[in-house]
Amino acid sequence: MSDSALRFDRVTKNYGAVRALDDVSFAVPRGAMFGLIGPDGAGKTTAIRLTGGLLTPDGGRIDVLGRDPKKDHRALTGAIGYLSQRFSLYGDLSIDENVAFFAEIHGVRRYQDARDRLLEMTQLAPFRRRRADRLSGGMKQKLALACTLVHEPELLLLDEPTTGVDPVSRREFWKLLAEFLARGLTIVMATPYLDEAERCSRVALLHDGRLMALDEPPRLQAALAGQLLEVIVDAPRPPIDVLARVDGVADVQSFGDRAHVRLAGIDQRRGAERIGEALAHAGVKPVSVRPIAASLEDVFIDLITRLDDRRSRTEDRGPKAEDRNALGHRTI
Amino acid sequence: MDKNRNAIEVRRLTRRFGGFVAVSDVSFDVREGEIFGFLGSNGAGKSTTIRMLCGLLAPTSGHATVGGVDVTRDPEGVKRRIGYMSQRFSLYELLTVDQNIRFFGGIYGLDDARLAERRRFVIDMAGLAGREQTLARDLAGGWRQRLALGCAILHEPRILFLDEPTGGVDPLSRRHFWRLIDTLSQSGVTVLVTTHYLDEAERCHRVALIHAGKLAAIGTTTEVKQIFSGRPILEIRTDRPVDAMRILDATSGVEKTSLFGTALHVVLRGRDVTPERLVSPLRAQGIAVESVAEVAPSLEDVFLEVIDRAGGTAA
Repeated sequence: MSDSALRFDRVTKNYGAVRALDDVSFAVPRGAMFGLIGPDGAGKTTAIRLTGGLLTPDGGRIDVLGRDPKKDHRALTGAIGYLSQRFSLYGDLSIDENVAFFAEIHGVRRYQDARDRLLEMTQLAPFRRRRADRLSGGMKQKLALACTLVHEPELLLLDEPTTGVDPVSRREFWKLLAEFLARGLTIVMATPYLDEAERCSRVALLHDGRLMALDEPPRLQAALAGQLLEVIVDAPRPPIDVLARVDGVADVQSFGDRAHVRLAGIDQRRGAERIGEALAHAGVKPVSVRPIAASLEDVFIDLITRLDDRRSRTEDRGPKAEDRNALGHRTI
Repeated sequence: MDKNRNAIEVRRLTRRFGGFVAVSDVSFDVREGEIFGFLGSNGAGKSTTIRMLCGLLAPTSGHATVGGVDVTRDPEGVKRRIGYMSQRFSLYELLTVDQNIRFFGGIYGLDDARLAERRRFVIDMAGLAGREQTLARDLAGGWRQRLALGCAILHEPRILFLDEPTGGVDPLSRRHFWRLIDTLSQSGVTVLVTTHYLDEAERCHRVALIHAGKLAAIGTTTEVKQIFSGRPILEIRTDRPVDAMRILDATSGVEKTSLFGTALHVVLRGRDVTPERLVSPLRAQGIAVESVAEVAPSLEDVFLEVIDRAGGTAA
């Protein structure tokens, strides 16, 4: 048996003239929570669909639980659970009936034990006779997960499972996933939300169909170590324009009463000194200037910005920071 | 802009639907030029509050003014003064970029000269030059979002309501969108925004948290995080997080634990609890501890703590 639940080996997929995935390789160890992350159109959903055998690659090889997802599609259907963004429950069926329905389409006859266990874990058991269209958003999402897992797959594919779900339900959903992981399930999740991707044990960063990074989130974040400062000043908001003009400052992000400054080519001590001088010159009193850890979003933006600089061509990315003054909002 | 002036004043605002109290006795102020985050679970009362503030729904009791106009006495006056953008972006899919702008310009009653000027502004701001004739439905998420924002501010409202504006939008577009919101705020526009994404709420000057129709917390992000003062939060990475959680829940000095992906967030009862006291029972059970680090509370931590204290989990 292969020690990877999923392996992409130089996989390429085209839609007509558009290259959706370009020479992508990665492996997902059994029992891992793996994140496929990137902007719209990066190739996340394509990778998930290739894994599920819903698409055929134009080049390279895919190995799912030791099998070929296209040739062994029937055999793999029983081993894969797929929860897409548009997963549809039957609104006029009860919780019980929905789970039974999904068990039956997977050809599972004795599903009662699995159903009871899943409804206990998802805390849906007290509501099992309630119609699906009478459930809250968070409960619907948990029911969809139970339906996806009733045939007891080894690999769970999730495509943006928490879009539009509130924070309490999101955290409950993540707790459930952790419990399934502890039982040996392998999870591959596509998400555009990078705070969510930070919760994966390993992530692949995709952009324009290419693999840009593949590692554990803390190791990716360490790559930007020493480059970020948080600035708090004695004013309702930090002077973004002053900070942006400091030599060695690559980017400034405003976070309410704080600003996050990314440095390039200078260290934090030097950066903090120059920022202190610039603030003093502008007559603003700093409260604190301190180093902070990078988020996965910082890492991602850094990688993409550097890639685009290399390509030195503009793409469908919208105006850059320099174009901000286009927003010269007329004061009334 | 006068930062001491309030753009929005809400006093004891209440709305019932039959026997159900959707919004209960809510009071708060939003200052001019502020980015104000309005947070809460589904069904907490966010949308009902926003609909009242936009003059779309009459309060049962209490009152509110938006831009100095009373929402009950003059709902039409409120509508003229505000911009509104919702998660569905409210664009006409089968109209082009240009036609959408003209359509909204017509609704707001802009004359030809002003419309031409504002159209140029929106195209520049959204980076849509060269795409004026593209159908709205053919635009990628980030462009659509910026076009919708542009249409919502065509008439230069001084107060802007954004209802979950970034759902399903990728990281680069999100960051770009927040730059635009910052710039608007710097020019004195007041922005009230709702979002499910609490990393995004960190970008607001102040946030209010509404739970079960009641205001549960309000302040700058720094202020609301004080709820954890004196109770450090440790992030612990192990090879068996679910087992580790069970053990730590039974360890003295631990107030509560929660799973943050494959890591654990552990709230301690006080600063005197040493990391060693947490790690040794884990090692005793054969759990490999990869790292222990103190982390700053996130707004998500605050959100869940406030809801816990209010004594309710949202189903």
